[in-house]
Parts: sequence; C-alpha cells; structure tokens
Amino acid sequence: MSKRNLPVFLIFVFLIVLLPVVSGSTYTLTVGIFCGINAMVAIGLCILMGYAGQVSLGQAGFYGIGAYVSSILSLHLGIPVVISIILAMMVAAIAAVILAVPALRLKGHYLAVATLGFGEIIFIILNEWGPGGPSGFGDIPHFSLLGYVINSTTGYYYLIWGSVAAVMLFSINLINSRTGRALRAIHDSELACNAMGLNVVALKLKVFILSAVYASFAGSLYAHYITFVSPSSFSLFYSILLLMMVIVGGITNLWGAIIGAVVITVLPELLRKFQEFDVLVYGLILTLTLMFFRKGLVPILIEKMKKFGGGAVAHH
Amino acid sequence: MALRDISLEVKQGEIKALIGPNGAGKTTLLNIISGIFQPDKGEVFFRDAGLVSLSSAKIARMGISRTFQHVELFGNMTVVENIMVGRYPKTKAGFFSSGFRLPYVVREEKEIQHRSEEILEYINLAGRKDETASNLPIGEQRILEIGRALATEPQLVLLDEPAAGLNIKETRDLGEIIRKIRNNLKITIVLVEHDMDLVMRISDSITVLNFGEVIADGTPLEIQKNPEVIVAYLGEEEEIQAGYHADT
Repeated sequence: MSKRNLPVFLIFVFLIVLLPVVSGSTYTLTVGIFCGINAMVAIGLCILMGYAGQVSLGQAGFYGIGAYVSSILSLHLGIPVVISIILAMMVAAIAAVILAVPALRLKGHYLAVATLGFGEIIFIILNEWGPGGPSGFGDIPHFSLLGYVINSTTGYYYLIWGSVAAVMLFSINLINSRTGRALRAIHDSELACNAMGLNVVALKLKVFILSAVYASFAGSLYAHYITFVSPSSFSLFYSILLLMMVIVGGITNLWGAIIGAVVITVLPELLRKFQEFDVLVYGLILTLTLMFFRKGLVPILIEKMKKFGGGAVAHH
Repeated sequence: MALRDISLEVKQGEIKALIGPNGAGKTTLLNIISGIFQPDKGEVFFRDAGLVSLSSAKIARMGISRTFQHVELFGNMTVVENIMVGRYPKTKAGFFSSGFRLPYVVREEKEIQHRSEEILEYINLAGRKDETASNLPIGEQRILEIGRALATEPQLVLLDEPAAGLNIKETRDLGEIIRKIRNNLKITIVLVEHDMDLVMRISDSITVLNFGEVIADGTPLEIQKNPEVIVAYLGEEEEIQAGYHADT
C-alpha cells in the first residue's frame, strides 16, 4: 500500500477493533456485521461504477448466487464451508461473464436495464427452483475453518470486518495500479484507451467479474452467519440500496463505499424512534444528502479537510 | 467522408504533413491507419505488416500512437496519470498481481512513475504534474496528449491538428517539441494540420488531399509552387505563401 493510504487504513483497522470494546452488545455487533456485509458488496460496485464507469443494477443477483450456492453446497453436499464459498465465487464469476459478454456492449441506461434484468432473472430462479421456493431454507452450516466453527456474534463481527479489510486492501492496491488507472481511463475516454493499446473489453469484463466475486463472497458470509436464506433478501430493492450506499458515500472514493454502507445500514436503526414515520425521515435524509452533498460524503469531507490545511487524506 | 484511390508512403524518420481543405479526408485517413475506421477496400502497411482489420488497440500495441482533433485526454486524471496510462502496453501487472501488490508490481510501478516523469520533463510539463488534466489550457492539453502518445514508445505518431486552438507562442513550442521528438527519439510523424506556417516549417514532405484524392505530394517548396494545390486552396493561396515567407 502506498504511504498515502496506509495511515487511513490503520485508522480503519483500529476502528474495527474499537467498536466491540466500546459497545460489545449483541445488537451493536449485529448491526456492525450487516454494515460489513453491505460494505463488501458496495466496494465492488464502487470500483465498477465510480472507477470503471459501468453501471450495475444487478448486484443483488451475484449476492444471491453467493448465498444460495454456498449454502446448498455445504448443507446438501457436505462440502466444507470455505470451499463452498470459493466455489460460489466461481459460479458468480461465470454468471458475470455470461451477463457481461452481451451487456458490456451497452452503455449507460441500456447497461443499467440489462443488469437489472439479470438481477430479476436470478431472483425468479431462486423463487422457483431454490430450495423452499419463496420461503427459503435454513439449517445452513456456520462458517468454519480447519475444524474451528464460528457461531458467536463477536466471532462473525471479526470474520466479516476482517474480510472487509482484506477486500479493501486488495481494492486499494488494485485502484492505485496500472490496472486501476486503466479502469479510470476507460471511464474518461474509451477512444483514447484504444489508442493507448488498452484492451477495453477485457478490462470491463474483468472489473465486472471482480464486483460479482465480491458480492458473492459477501452473500456467502451472510448465509453462513444467518444460517437461513430466502429470495426476498436478493431482490431489486437490495441492488438499489447498494446503489444508494456508493452514491451517498461518494462514488469516486473506495472509502465512500464503506461509509455509505454504514450510513445506509445504521440510519434505519437510528430512526426507530420515529416509528411509522421512519421511512419518511429516512427518505428525507437521503434526499437532502444527495441535494447538498452531491459528490457524496467522503469526497466532500476530503475537500473540506484540504481547505482547512489537512492534506494527508486518502485520495485517488 | 469518402476517400478514393489514396496512395501515399511515409518514410521512416520523416515528418509528413497531410494538408487539404476541410472535408478533404485527412482525419478519415488517420482514422483508417489507426484502426478506428475500416476501409471498404485497400491496404495499409506498417513495416510490411497489414493493418486493415486489426483493432485500434492492436495497432497501438504495434507501435502506432496518435492524438485527436478534439483532445481526448483522461480529463479526471492528473497530468502524470495520463502519461502513466500511456505506459500500459509496455507493462504487465494484471488484476491479481496488482491487488496483492506482488514485488514485481511494486518495481514496475516505480518504473512507470519514473518514466512518466521523464516524459513530462521532456515535453516541459513537469510543473503541471499533479494538476487535473482537464484544467490545463488547451495548448498544454495538446502537448500532454503528445506526451501520452510518446509514453507508449511508438515508432510512428499520428497528430491530428495539434495546433488547432493554439496561439502563436504555443504553436511555436509545439513545433519545437514535434521536431525534437523526430530528431532525438527517431519517431516518424504524420501530421494533419491547417496551420500552414507550422506545416511549412517542420515538415519534410507534404501530401495534399482534396475531395478524398491525393492531388500533390512533395517537399514544402514543391507544394507551394504546385498550381493544382493553389487552385484547391483558391483564396488561401496567399496564406500559404505568407506563411512560408514569414519563416524564411
């Protein structure tokens, strides 16, 4: 990792460890776990949309593939959980290729609609052919590695945020590399990318696969944590929620994906006291955020800090 | 824009200018050479290798780089990052090796950084290194585009109206850089340009296109005396000569 990102990353790890110390209640950690799961998917979407400039409204599909494939393999075929998770990522990668080869010829709204269709197809498949149909199925094995089973909330908290940290580390490295620059270049001018000898189609395909694999990984962890899955968790609504996360956090910054995921996940919890008005307040807050912090929370924060003389903030 | 029976040859190490009135097919020709357009028939050879039907990315990797009439920089990236993207075909790091930051990736990244800064020195943009590319004045954007093309280590560079929108001083700087590239780096240059002063000053040979056909081919001096060229430019004849005299 470059010197610029290292301090921010260390603060991030420190905060992860700090939360259970400050408030170790099951409730706090459970919300924390969901923040982490959403953050992983959002990071992938952020690379795809904010850096490479490709839209996806079908991430819930890949998330669902991760959850279902890993659950079925470990529950019905007795395959070790870790291997099930890896196999699920491969299935998601193959699904991404099948979707991307025709869809990546499309741009903007058309790509959005194509990916939305993909998400819906996966949703319908889970409903029709998934074990238990629309009501889903349970008894999914807990996450285990080398005979050590994780079944406590604290255990899952560390597992999931450890995974977020690993995904983030990989992503920061990727973004600040030859490949990351190429992705951002595609966003700005495909014509010039071709003239620089970049294989634009291959790069788009790979970034699409990457985002699918992240989503699948998060989906698998979700399933093994909850030990129950049903199609309703993988609907279009979740894809749109993910979109909200990366946009609220700031689509041009990877940290924005994490901040956005935390905000969107925690906000409904904080609004419980408004009872039946919570959805209304939720909508109002999001609308105002988008109106006044158009670039997203993290980029705005960086701008402000730069203005006040602070310079050492991760900025790609 | 249609091209008919075009035949021209560019010699290694020369600065070849393509001129002609608007709509003569100059940019179309560059787009065919660089693989953006496919011709209905005909052949393009680069060192005995046929280029027709190859993708523009493949052609770029073979050593032909270019700039665009309407600047196509990576506008949201910094000046040095634009050059760094140009190093893409000469480097290797992929998704996995970059994500895991393998030792060779770190080494390669340092090399990319180093070479890119060298190129910025070479084109006199080192001072603008960390500025966002789209914030540069148009003259510097055009020079940055040339720098980015150089970063791919091309053997041939196609420049599409590099002086468009530049003032007199910027045009002079541009001319010097183009000459320097040819003289020091031994890169062949094909230049589409309307600025006759610049064309006459730096070209070794000129091909004149009109309505998709070659109407003249020769040294700057021959071209200025060619009656067909003068007719094609009608009215612009004085401009050609004025440009030439201003410089001799």
